[in-house]
Amino acid sequence: MNLDSLLPNLGEWLRGTGPESDVVVSTRIRLARNLVNFPFTNRASHHQKGEIAGRAKEAIAKADLPYKLDYIDVAVLSPLDRQFLVERQLISRELAAVLDGPRGVAVDDKESVSVMVNEEDHLRLQVLRSGFALDEAWQDIDRVDDALEARLTYAFHAQFGYLTACPTNVGIGMRASVMLHLPALGLTKQIDKVFRALQKINLAVRGLHGEGSRAFGDLYQISNQVTLGKSESKVLNEIREVIQTILQYERQARNALVKERKQAEQDRVARAIGTLGSATMITSEETMELLSAVRLGIHLHLLDDLPATTVNQLFIHTQAAHLQKLMGQPLDGEERNAARAKYLRSKLRELGTSQR
Amino acid sequence: MKCQRCPKQATLHITEVLGEDRFEEVHLCEECAKKYLHEPPQKKAEAKPTESAAEGEEPDAVGEKQCEACGIKFVEFRNHGRLGCPHDYDAFKEDLLPLLESVHGDTRHAGKSPRRLPKAKGAQLELAQLRRKLQQFVTDEKYEEAARIRDRIKELEDG
Repeated sequence: MNLDSLLPNLGEWLRGTGPESDVVVSTRIRLARNLVNFPFTNRASHHQKGEIAGRAKEAIAKADLPYKLDYIDVAVLSPLDRQFLVERQLISRELAAVLDGPRGVAVDDKESVSVMVNEEDHLRLQVLRSGFALDEAWQDIDRVDDALEARLTYAFHAQFGYLTACPTNVGIGMRASVMLHLPALGLTKQIDKVFRALQKINLAVRGLHGEGSRAFGDLYQISNQVTLGKSESKVLNEIREVIQTILQYERQARNALVKERKQAEQDRVARAIGTLGSATMITSEETMELLSAVRLGIHLHLLDDLPATTVNQLFIHTQAAHLQKLMGQPLDGEERNAARAKYLRSKLRELGTSQR
Repeated sequence: MKCQRCPKQATLHITEVLGEDRFEEVHLCEECAKKYLHEPPQKKAEAKPTESAAEGEEPDAVGEKQCEACGIKFVEFRNHGRLGCPHDYDAFKEDLLPLLESVHGDTRHAGKSPRRLPKAKGAQLELAQLRRKLQQFVTDEKYEEAARIRDRIKELEDG
């Protein structure tokens, strides 16, 4: 698979459509699975990892699924290509930069389904969906799981369920996360309401890139912590309920913004567009913060004719690896800030002329 | 999940940014979180689970327990948080149960099961042990013994 062919595409999670897409960016479910009779990845030898990867690749290639999964050997990729896959949410930072030895990821051409091989667990199945789509994501991943399980023997325990390298994942091995854009709750300093809603059921809040990452651009990931003692559907229902509550809070806050300080909001959005369109140096953090304002502006109808997918395109293309691929050369931090500003200026000029 | 400082339910999950790409997660109840947030930064590192430190660095009986399939000691799991192989869940069962109870509030799986039933457990354990032996023989360059083990593994797998 030629990774550069993915560059013009947004991938499933940034399609910008799907249910509740004014607040919910994407839904993701992952399953952790391990093969019997092998040590977990952290204790497997190079040779054993090779054997695990071989079996996984064969099962993936022969899986009875309506689409094809292409296997990418992550071990032979350049650091830039690995980072590129991380930015597209197809592999974890660990698989990209921390782990070593035989490892890879199988991806479908819509970039909705991916299977990481030799991550913390032998297999990490993932389904990404645009918008709020827990049921659809579960149906997809359940099917991938069954298709692989038809050709691989999983480590499964009568009492503990699917066995995983870390006991925090044992049982259903499932982590469902919903990525939310909550700018109005941030602006009106009500974001603690969200955390209070989560207290009741022990859900975790994380930044864009999962575990250990900070929240940039008002993007938050809400995910379950518990994987033992509850069925998959019960866990999904609990998340669904809390997300509904957060959706309500965010929409109330957005309505209040429009009602009470529309002028100020309009000004903030216009300034964000202004900075994005005229800066000559800009960091990815600042870009994300400004794009957050623009995204909110679109949903509050403070901006005409700028589609939400454009924000998603600017969002993904201004991240480090994507930017370097677009520019066709490696760039250091300073150079990236200049290249990012240049890219944003030309993109926004293009949009401006075509729309006015 | 329980609070890292008291027996109450952890309701706040805080990510500490320690510097360039270094983060640490802290799980606390509301009360402890309030105190935590008012502490000077150097004290915060101590909010980490202190279980192993409290029991001292001395090798204790539980820590020395070893899995017969992969060879990992319980103390290695305690230090790194990752188990060595699926058999560890049986080898360290008694010690893992309280941990599972505190993380998940439960110790029994209630979700889906594989459609195909896994092979008999005895064969699984023997296979894991054989693979470990095979690895050792290859490392020691004892290729004749390695070949014998490899054939036995094949027998078991095809059986």
